[in-house]
Amino acid sequence: MALVTVTIDGQKIVVEEGTTILDAAQKLGIKIPTLCYLKDINEIGACRICVVEVKGARTFMPACVTKVTEGMEVRTNTPAVIEARKVVLELILANHPMECLTCVRNQNCELQKLAEQFGIKEVRYEGAKREYPIDDSSPAIIRDPRKCVLCQRCIAVCSNIQTVDALTDQKRGFDTLIAPAFNEKLANMECVQCGQCSLVCPTAAIQEVDDTDKVWAALADPKKYVVVQTAPATRVQLGETMGMAPGSIVTGKMVAGLRRLGFDKVFDTDFTADLTIVEEGNELLQRIKSGGVLPMITSCCPGWIKFVEHFYPDLLPHVSTCKSPQQMFGAMAKTYYAQKEGIDPGDIFVVSIMPCTAKKFECQRPEMKSSGYQDVDVALTSRELGRMFKQANISVAEMPEEEYDAPLGISTGAGAIFGASGGVMEAALRTVYEVVTGKELENINFVECRGLTGVKEATVQVGDMPVKIAIAHGLGNARKVLDKVRAGEADYHFIEIMACPGGCIGGGGSPIPTDTEVRLKRIDATYTVDERMVLRKSHDNPAVKALYEEFLEKPLGHKSHELLHTHYTPRGICE
Amino acid sequence: MSSCAQPAEDVQKEKELLELFEKWRGVKGALIPILQGAQAIYGYLPKDVILRISRELKLPPSRVYGVATFYAQFHLKPRGRNIVRVCLGTACHVRGGAKIFEKMQKELGIGNGDTTEDLRYTLETVACLGCCGLSPVIMVNDDTYGRLTPDKLKGILDNYQ
Repeated sequence: MALVTVTIDGQKIVVEEGTTILDAAQKLGIKIPTLCYLKDINEIGACRICVVEVKGARTFMPACVTKVTEGMEVRTNTPAVIEARKVVLELILANHPMECLTCVRNQNCELQKLAEQFGIKEVRYEGAKREYPIDDSSPAIIRDPRKCVLCQRCIAVCSNIQTVDALTDQKRGFDTLIAPAFNEKLANMECVQCGQCSLVCPTAAIQEVDDTDKVWAALADPKKYVVVQTAPATRVQLGETMGMAPGSIVTGKMVAGLRRLGFDKVFDTDFTADLTIVEEGNELLQRIKSGGVLPMITSCCPGWIKFVEHFYPDLLPHVSTCKSPQQMFGAMAKTYYAQKEGIDPGDIFVVSIMPCTAKKFECQRPEMKSSGYQDVDVALTSRELGRMFKQANISVAEMPEEEYDAPLGISTGAGAIFGASGGVMEAALRTVYEVVTGKELENINFVECRGLTGVKEATVQVGDMPVKIAIAHGLGNARKVLDKVRAGEADYHFIEIMACPGGCIGGGGSPIPTDTEVRLKRIDATYTVDERMVLRKSHDNPAVKALYEEFLEKPLGHKSHELLHTHYTPRGICE
Repeated sequence: MSSCAQPAEDVQKEKELLELFEKWRGVKGALIPILQGAQAIYGYLPKDVILRISRELKLPPSRVYGVATFYAQFHLKPRGRNIVRVCLGTACHVRGGAKIFEKMQKELGIGNGDTTEDLRYTLETVACLGCCGLSPVIMVNDDTYGRLTPDKLKGILDNYQ
């Protein structure tokens, strides 16, 4: 590729042709402010915050979409450029509700940060403000179009990454509105509740439904026995809600914090992740042996489940009937644990901490009541737990390391890696191999499952059986695999699908910001958690073994069928 | 309208829609001409027609809806048999266009962009009709009325069924 020499703020640099001014400047360590820009996802030059002066150009140019040319001279911080950016900001702010003090994104808002950075003291423009009702129809996502800056990141992530296309820009000019088709309520649409839009929204125009009040109320109720489960990914991301570096492992500190919030028991979704592997691994083997529907596809991810129900309902027989670890936990807490401890299941209140918004939708699905009660009462995102800790003056970084409670807090490394793309597959392979061969696995690290490649494929030798696998994360990547399955061109045995890029560690309920760099750090931390565990195979989990001996009897048995497996609902599009 | 006329009309519209799809099948950039064609058939773009177009073109409903709302030429609500346009351009503004518009809203009982329940009238404002010498001006369908006073509106409207 041809190289070009450009001068930015008096510094020369040689870059490849086609590089944007923004990227060239970054290579020189020059930071140009951006708002709508989201690397590789939304590069449309909509907001004009990144304007720069280009010698010879008639107007200021947006750095995020303007490509450098040979001999180009760029100035990024002249008084005129700074004034132009201020005008842009003030025009955005003129149509923005100034509710910062009571806004959920206070101190974590990109617009607020820019206003602070540019020292905006007053907004010189006054005019009409857009007034739109809040859409709180969905159990997971709230839309507040008043706070929207029309950056279109949500549309880009929903269309290009997830291929769900639940949101669109409607009308134009001042009337432009980002909303579902027909300006319908989100709950009535094919939105899969993955929450990736809430993760990329620079303001609070899209955010998770805040359920913390329900949890505070349960904690204050002396009749309630409040137990909490923490998803695998939470231990490698929760620290970020309180200023810790991305990838900080906070397992023990989070447990200590949850205990100080007043939970009666602090349990772990990793425990039911192990249980899921035992059930799902056996389901896979049964399908292979008995000529069942193959490939089998994982069912842990509620965003993926809603996606397949809307867009590929014909493939539902491929989806494992196993409930997700969150829902298996709820069902076990209100049956097995209640019996074991002699607690009325009606008094047990199950809270889960998830890196996910779709888990809020999942726990409210009508079929998730196999204990006779709603199995999981409330699902909180990592962001919401961060808020509860803040309100309670609990600093995660300063907490001591504490252990989960037994028995529903006992887990293995296999459960821990559920949080990363490929983790469910790797955990399943560790168990399936040993169940099939009866031999101990020499190398339990299936590195071919790991990493951020969109679709990972491999053939794994399990005894004399070659098992063909595929792993997809991000629903656009899932589509690629599903189209092959639909066309009958896929000879996989087992497919893992996670809705969010990178898997749950990049889930829609994760701390903000979550970008590729942050995802990679959380993934590294996830495998570190696994390596530090004494037990790293789900079927070795002593608490899971005890659960079968004392209660479930055997994998895929009658009780499992009743409590741990589920069914799905074909859904239309826009119907 | 008799009760059996409706289905016959629907069958005809359905036939025309299928012909429209056939005409544009496999053609790139067909969305806008199909939206125009569908609007010509139905008079506006009903929700179920937008969903049909979305399925036909394998485009997400959100994208079809986004395009349909971007252009002023597309209508998502049924349109009246008579289109009343009130000019609010500079010349009309100076000579009391706002009063004409105010009275027109009262006469019709609807606001800008709306259609009367009996589908007799749709009311719209425009920025200029190009005959400022006649201001204030309105148009009903293709007929122009100038030098108006609010009291003349009722008589004009009565001419259009």
